[in-house]
Amino acid sequence: MVSTLTMNERHIALVISSFVAVLGLVLAASGRHDLLEPHGFLILLAGLAGVFVILHGYFDPEPGPERLSSYFDEPIKVGIVLAMIWALIAMFVGDWVAWLLAYPDFRFDAAWSSFGRLRPIHTTGIIFGFGGNALIATSFHVMQRTSRARLPDQLTPWFVLAGYNLFCVLAVTGYLMGITQSKEYAEPEWYADFWLVIVWVAYFVLYLRTLARRREPHIYVSNWYYLAFILVVAMLHIVNNLALPISIGSAKSYTIFAGVQDAMVQWWYGHNAVAFFLTAGFLGMLYYYLPKRAGRPIYSYRMSIIGFWGITFFYVWVGSHHLHYTALPQWVQTLGMTFSVMLLVPSWIAAANALLTLNGAWHKVRDDATLRFMMVAAVFYGLATFEGSFLAIRPVNSLSHYTDWTIAHVHAGTLGWNSMIIFGAIYYLVPQLWKRERMYSPALVEVHFWLAVAGTFVYVFAMWNSGITQGLMWRTYNDSGMLAYSFVDSLVAMHPYYIARAFGGLLFFIGTAVGAYNIWKTMQPIPAAERTQADLPVLGELSRPILQAGE
Amino acid sequence: MFKSHYKLERYSIGLAIAIIVVASIGGIVEIAPLFTIHQTVEEAPGMRVYTPLELAGRNIYIREGCYACHSQMIRTLRDEVERYGPYSLAVESQYDHPMLWGSKRTGPDLARVGGKYSDQWQVTHLNNPRDVVPESVMPAYPFLKETELRIDDLPEHLATLRKLGVPYTDDMVANAVSDAYGQAVPDSPQAKGVKERYGEATDVRAFDGDPGMVTEMDALVAYLQILGRLTDAAHKQEAVTGGIK
Repeated sequence: MVSTLTMNERHIALVISSFVAVLGLVLAASGRHDLLEPHGFLILLAGLAGVFVILHGYFDPEPGPERLSSYFDEPIKVGIVLAMIWALIAMFVGDWVAWLLAYPDFRFDAAWSSFGRLRPIHTTGIIFGFGGNALIATSFHVMQRTSRARLPDQLTPWFVLAGYNLFCVLAVTGYLMGITQSKEYAEPEWYADFWLVIVWVAYFVLYLRTLARRREPHIYVSNWYYLAFILVVAMLHIVNNLALPISIGSAKSYTIFAGVQDAMVQWWYGHNAVAFFLTAGFLGMLYYYLPKRAGRPIYSYRMSIIGFWGITFFYVWVGSHHLHYTALPQWVQTLGMTFSVMLLVPSWIAAANALLTLNGAWHKVRDDATLRFMMVAAVFYGLATFEGSFLAIRPVNSLSHYTDWTIAHVHAGTLGWNSMIIFGAIYYLVPQLWKRERMYSPALVEVHFWLAVAGTFVYVFAMWNSGITQGLMWRTYNDSGMLAYSFVDSLVAMHPYYIARAFGGLLFFIGTAVGAYNIWKTMQPIPAAERTQADLPVLGELSRPILQAGE
Repeated sequence: MFKSHYKLERYSIGLAIAIIVVASIGGIVEIAPLFTIHQTVEEAPGMRVYTPLELAGRNIYIREGCYACHSQMIRTLRDEVERYGPYSLAVESQYDHPMLWGSKRTGPDLARVGGKYSDQWQVTHLNNPRDVVPESVMPAYPFLKETELRIDDLPEHLATLRKLGVPYTDDMVANAVSDAYGQAVPDSPQAKGVKERYGEATDVRAFDGDPGMVTEMDALVAYLQILGRLTDAAHKQEAVTGGIK
């Protein structure tokens, strides 16, 4: 890791790590007797670990100038490993809390193990830990390949990766201790939020610097999506997390918005975290890895453009569909609903563009589980976006909102679309980055694929059933005009579905564990002679773009 | 259109600026007017603020992630109004930093749970929900009754909220610690000030059944018991409109 840095970069890294350590110490000191104290020490520890790692490798030979004629793939490898670790942790916690809803005492009799504290570990671990690391790792890969340029320096990618994971660790350890803002998908407190802004700026600048070095006149569509992901997430994160800490020595802050305005800001954020974290970034992944694996150019350049700008423009309006029939003014609800329905057009254009790319390569989909992961991802993307537009229609929402139907919808997206495309990308990347012919076991990729698909189906069908049952029971009247069921009646009716859901989640988790094992085995050292060639920035003629639309 | 895009996609900064502009429009149009259009939040003269004890309870509610399973937002639907009470008004959460409207009902809505159950029921239920509702899947919180509530930093909490627009007076901020103690220990000399500052209707009692120590259970139950009762604006509205039929 340190051996990839030049001496100058090692010095800067030492300064940054020391600065982080001092920052941690200051927080720990000012937050004495507060929950901030352990987090201060955690940051101190992270800084010291950085210093230790750098000093440990300080006298390693510097990388020579020949590095500049190759891609910088070390951080991508680490990012993939981190993504898989987060996946295992967060899916385990997710399945655990799923069992808790069927058997509520299936926990140690402890404060930290309640559903309310574990649930954000699952959501943060999956979205930011698993998804975020996968996005960062793949974006490092895609930005270099589509630009035919090496990352501009060695230090910034490491800083982005390490800094981002520090944020994730602060988040999940905070929930265990009871540190949370309660804003869904934005639970971490002010100091963690602040840190993420610094990391994010470095990430954005890194992206622009890489693009500036490109040897391609045009910026490939994947990069548009990654750029939108970075920029809009920054905007959302900053606005939604505007808060006033009660003091510099406390982990607690109060968000500056209140009531109805806060609700609107929160769901403007919440839904656009879906839009720009879980959709835009992942479409960037899809637009690169699917055509590469299929060996086919993207079906349509024009559809890419319409899809991209449609998604970027429409998505931002739709957050208010989370607040139908609430105290939010009706005009905002109506705008949210209208744009949600319109959003189906660019969403399906993007999904169709991906699937039509497979024309002429469907035999590969049949034979290659990696490509099949990507195909299924595109299908689930289409399904989930259709369902999303449908659920945003006000009368439909009156039934579905507050129920498990929402959970079914979210997991059709996260399991069927986000996870599948990540696994597809990882199975494409791992052999290439570790210079192997193929994965350790293609059969295990196949096993993983079917476990993932089966788990997703069981999960989603269970939650569809429970959600619609719940929604109907809550609004059923008996002959004398009274509500027919108590709330507890509906809860009892959920029990079998909650078991089925937890079982589906377990299948998916086992699939991920199989994948992690396979990746681990693929990473094991092999003799240099058996390694495949690395792909290099400039090989062959420059006049023809690497990826070109079919038209 | 595609020609000009063919040009645009050659400039990373141009692309970045275009993304920011295109992605900003929706948010600006939907959010900014909520601060300027007067009718967005109804009038509720006489609405009171959370007492320090209730605020501490609210922060425990946040800490434990109760909002992940309980909403505090009754929608304008007949079955919800009949099940939970008058539909929620924006004004009712005007002092809520952050709002806790929630997004999921694994458990029932709590917007009007205040006064619906006795303190005793709430304490037993939080201690182990299955003691009173055998079918419940809610986690048990036995430690709340054992844990002393942290009240020393409550003045900072109130002062921060005041900076954000919640109408706490100097008097309220200065006496936050004393009021938090007094509200849960009715026989103490501190108890008197609570009603002076927050109104005669304020509940002053040993919420957890034990006046000895002010516990997290005291705070959380005090919060649950005030839910939906800071103002009667929603009930008045229902009287005018006759609810939803």
